[in-house]
Parts: sequence; structure tokens; C-alpha cells
Amino acid sequence: MSAPTTEKPGTDDSRNDPAAPPPAPEGSVVVTVKIRRYNPEGDADEPYWESFDVPALPTDRVLNLLHHVKWYLDGTLAFRRSCAHGICGSDAMRINGINRLACKVLIKDLLAGGGKHTTISIEPIKGLPVEKDLIVDMEPFFEAYRAVKPYLVTTGNEPTRERLQSSADRARFDDTTKCILCAACTTSCPVFWTEGSYFGPAAIVNAHRFIFDSRDEGAEERLDILNDNEGVWRCRTTFNCTDACPRGIQVTQAIQEVKRALLFRRV
Amino acid sequence: MSVTDAPFSVDKPRSPQRPAARRSNFELYSWLFMRLSGLLLVFLVLGHLLIMLFLDDGVQRINFAFVAGRWASPFWQFWDLTMLWLAGLHGGNGLRTVINDYARKDQTRFWLKMLLYVSMIVTIAVGTFVLFTFDPNIGN
Repeated sequence: MSAPTTEKPGTDDSRNDPAAPPPAPEGSVVVTVKIRRYNPEGDADEPYWESFDVPALPTDRVLNLLHHVKWYLDGTLAFRRSCAHGICGSDAMRINGINRLACKVLIKDLLAGGGKHTTISIEPIKGLPVEKDLIVDMEPFFEAYRAVKPYLVTTGNEPTRERLQSSADRARFDDTTKCILCAACTTSCPVFWTEGSYFGPAAIVNAHRFIFDSRDEGAEERLDILNDNEGVWRCRTTFNCTDACPRGIQVTQAIQEVKRALLFRRV
Repeated sequence: MSVTDAPFSVDKPRSPQRPAARRSNFELYSWLFMRLSGLLLVFLVLGHLLIMLFLDDGVQRINFAFVAGRWASPFWQFWDLTMLWLAGLHGGNGLRTVINDYARKDQTRFWLKMLLYVSMIVTIAVGTFVLFTFDPNIGN
């Protein structure tokens, strides 16, 4: 690497300054990222919108733009992300009004056609208390999750070998095993927005995973819990949850299957 | 350097906040009732509208005598009674759901539901009373 020129002693070349943004890559376009921000310790106690112009490649993900903002433009931006590959479920957010994982949305799918300028709006997921910027308090979500007993419930002595299951029995609940608890479905549900005590799609999906597991014996108990005032009967079948799920789980279908199980076991 | 200055704000994260399930099938039955009564109402209400508004001279022939004539038959009395009860309960249950979904405060929810229940009871009771005690000679 060549030494800095001696004409400006004391000033760093921008490439040597770790805080300076990297040069915009070839083929990138500048998009505006409009972020719903909230700082509980700031002067303004209200959430507000803040826009950043960020160079983006069509193959970038929204998460890359958030990283660019946080690393080079405004380090106070707060958001969750962990694996950045759509598995950990940390970075669910409302992107252009739809719940998505920031690490799974490609910029090329958001670019405005016809060479027009692109603005991407990013908000925290709805229905949970915002703690800062894009970070929400997930406790109500996990409280509902814990309430459906999302673990194997059995009686009697443990078998000495593994609990065997036919592949047909395994396939019965295969779809709902894919949940990564990102809360995209629950926070896309209009019933959950207005009434936070509703269990929400994610808790029902995780109950479904055990209710229809042939090795589990807690189905009756879970069905009782979901038969409650705040359970499956509040579902309005709007399919927002199915649309929001980054894992492609047929969430509404799972809820309907729990309804059907309740209906024909008890009526 | 102390890292424990900040108050540890996570308060009993695993404490149960949700009351135990009530083991009541009310929500199940009301969900089922909405579907079944809805199906029946399609037939009852469309039939009612057809008779009242389209057949013969349609709406032009409706007067006291026409209504009295229909209610002389137990069949039409039963039709109208079923329609009244199903529509009252179906609509009331629908509004109950809307109130449950959208009322934010417990107080608001309670009073809206009380208002709803009272108006349901009054409508259904007055309608039933008229159907059973209707006197075609009331004008004489």
C-alpha cells in the first residue's frame, strides 16, 4: 500500500480511516433508507422517521443497508441481527409495510422500476413495545409461546431406546417444525395488534407442532389452552401470518387444523 | 470498573402472566354458531326479501293486511321467529367479537358489551312478543 502523500500532513486518506464508508461498489445505486426511529432517552420522546442515502447493489440484502447505516453513517441505530442468514430469527422488521427478515429481502426486489429513485421504509414489528429504534420487547411474544407448553409431554417410564415414529406420523407436523420464532407472523396479525393477549399465530404453530406429534401426550392440555377466549377462535383467517412467514410455513392452515381438532374431538 | 451499576431490569421473565385455561367451550360453540346460523340466514333472509320485495307486486302490496295474512300461518310465524333469533344472535355475537378485538380498555369493553347485550335482549324480546301475541283485529 502506498504511503499517504506528504502534502496534507495529519489528515488521513479516507481508505485508511476505519470510520469512512468504503467506496461505492461498481453497479450500485443510491437508495434512500427511511427508518422509523425511537430513542427512549432522547429529547424527543416520540418515534420519528429518519432517512439515509445508502449505495446498494441489487444483490445486497436490506440488512446490508442497515449495516452500512450503523457502521458508517449513524452508529446509534439499534437493531437486532445475529446469523444474518435467515435462521436465527432476530431481524424481523416491517420492510415497506410488510413483515420480513431483513437478511432475506434482496434489494433488487425493492428497486423502483424505470430508473426512479428507490425509498425503502423500515419499521419495528407492530404490536410489541418498542425499546429502541427497531428493537422491540419480545417478552409478550415469548410469554404466549411458553404458555402453550412447547416441549414433549409424556407419561410413564421413559423408553430405553429412542421414541420411534413412522414417517407418515412425522410428516403430519413437519411444516410447523420450521418455525424460528422471529415473530413476523404474530406481529402481522391484526387481532394481535389490537389485543395483545391473543396467543398469536407463532404460539399456535408451536402448539400444533406438538399436538400432532404421535410421541406427545399433552395434546388435550394444549387444546384446552387454545380453546380459551384468547386462543384459536380469535383467528380471523386474514392470512397475514402465512404471507409474513420467512420459512414458508402455512400458518393459517396450522391454525385451522387446531380448530378442526378442537371441533371434532369435543363437539 | 463496575458493571453492576445499572439496575438489573429483567423482572422474573418466567413468571406466569396468563390465567389458566378456563376449560369452557363457549368460544368454540359461538364460532360454530356463526357458521351454521350464517348459512341458514342466507336462505331465510334471501327468501324473506324475495317474498316481500319481488313476488307479485313486490313492495307495493305490503300493508297491514298482507303482514296479518302471512302471520296467520304458523309456517311464516316460525320463519320470521327463526330469522329474528338467528339474526339477533348472529349479529350480536359478531359485534361482541368486534368489541373484544378493538376495545382497548377493560372498562370500555365491559360497557360496550353491556350496551350490546341489553339492545340484543330488547330487540329479540320485543320481536318475539309481537310475533306470539299479534292480533290481526287490533285496528277494529
